[in-house]
Amino acid sequence: MGTTAATAATPAPTPATDTLPGVESDAELLERLRAGDDKAFVLLVGRYHRQLVGVARTLVANDAVAEEAVQDTWWAVVRGVERFEGRSSFRTWLFRILANRARSALAQEYRSGSVGSGGSEATGAAALRFDDQGNWIVPVEPWEQDAVDRLDAASRSAALVACLAGLPARQRAVVELRDVAGLPGDEVCELLGISPANQRVLLHRGRSALRAALASEMGGA
Amino acid sequence: MLLRPKNLVCEQAVALVTDYLEGALTPRDRRRLERHLRGCPNCGAYLEQIRMTIEATGTIEPGDLSQEAVDDLVDLYRQWRSEGPDDR
Repeated sequence: MGTTAATAATPAPTPATDTLPGVESDAELLERLRAGDDKAFVLLVGRYHRQLVGVARTLVANDAVAEEAVQDTWWAVVRGVERFEGRSSFRTWLFRILANRARSALAQEYRSGSVGSGGSEATGAAALRFDDQGNWIVPVEPWEQDAVDRLDAASRSAALVACLAGLPARQRAVVELRDVAGLPGDEVCELLGISPANQRVLLHRGRSALRAALASEMGGA
Repeated sequence: MLLRPKNLVCEQAVALVTDYLEGALTPRDRRRLERHLRGCPNCGAYLEQIRMTIEATGTIEPGDLSQEAVDDLVDLYRQWRSEGPDDR
């Protein structure tokens, strides 16, 4: 029986700033927020606001509605921080709130057909080169972990962000929620109202495109 | 060996990568894919690249907010706090 790739689990996304030495963790900031420290609020906002807006924009078609959903989310954080028990990570809690805030607007937009009905989903997948037997035409060069790490974080982020921005809306929504925000698959399905199989198709296309973006950032193909 | 499933070609193996990482393959398809991966350095490298991509995507830096946006939110924060505890 095969054991080569026995650990098939997706690696958990690492929060960008939460675990660096000298940087306060989310839990520490929440503790300060409970004490009414507005600097802690500024730090949390600085950490997550952009991401929330990015995800919200994939959930609702209208930028104004997205901004409102994010603002409602921060409101709910301030009001709910006393009740947050830390059973899930702050990040999960935060995106779950956003999901709830966006849900009704999202449902309306899906019903009206303004989101996700586009026929361009297939174009998001990066074209890989196979011959007519289905074999690679050009060998795949392994990436050294070093090479990925050596790309400075800013340019790596910029390449990924640019790629994400160009993905069809539903692919982007799935990748943002799964791989950027770190939400589990079942929650993402529920949030977007899609089947697990559909979610995997969108995730597959989105990740393929991101891989290609990273590859070209490293000078490969 | 009459019913031994056909070997996957690379294009098929690559198409199964996400379902594999999601744990969504049938045991039979998983075995077929793993057998292919053992014999194919290209597809093995591809799978590893996808794993590294997922990891890198999880570390995207959100970028700096404008001072104006921060100020607006802090104003809202003070306003919310002054409204007292949430009873809703």
